[in-house]
Amino acid sequence: MITVRFFAMLKGLAGIEMKEYDLGGMKEIKLSGLKEMIVKDLPGLSEALTGRSILISINQEFAGKDAVVKDNDEVGFLPPFSGG
Amino acid sequence: MTNTLVRIQKEPFSVEETIEAVKSVSKGIGAVVTFLGCGRDFSKGQKITGLEFEHYPGMAEAKLADIRSRALADFDIIEMGIVHRIGEIAIGEEIVLIAVASAHRNDAFMACEWAITELKRVTPIWKRETTTKGEVWVSDTP
Repeated sequence: MITVRFFAMLKGLAGIEMKEYDLGGMKEIKLSGLKEMIVKDLPGLSEALTGRSILISINQEFAGKDAVVKDNDEVGFLPPFSGG
Repeated sequence: MTNTLVRIQKEPFSVEETIEAVKSVSKGIGAVVTFLGCGRDFSKGQKITGLEFEHYPGMAEAKLADIRSRALADFDIIEMGIVHRIGEIAIGEEIVLIAVASAHRNDAFMACEWAITELKRVTPIWKRETTTKGEVWVSDTP
């Protein structure tokens, strides 16, 4: 299972904060593949997840767009920050 | 020490206590510089009636701790405290405090400016503004 977390505006678009995705026996998946899986499941995220402004974390560390997600990882989809 | 000097909390914080905590680390401190961010009542011409902050628990705290560690390594400072609030914040209330202590003022000024800029760049915290036209997640901060 991969745990996916949505924050701020993405939480609103997804309608949920967190969801688990089953890799169906695969041990890992490319981030692009995971995004496809999520958009299929939650079409409201389609535009936002393909935009360039969203950062992605894997196990709470920033990840590049070519990163690979392993089973049991936690993936965060992070809109532009506005703290401070 | 890190746990008390770097934290994210719902409750209001005391500026005085945070300065004291940073200052009490060493008798060699000759300057404390602070940045205090507070809730404004306007944004892009809109009247703001309320603010709410959300964070990525765990990751946001780790990023703040990392900012403190990097500041201590890269600037000639003695201590740094960072406190950020989450949840609902009323207009005029404090949001974030960075307090930097050093032997001489210039190092503290530079580290403080760097830290707030870095905080805005790398810390997964989001602000939602309530305006007269509705609620909006802020996605660009100067």
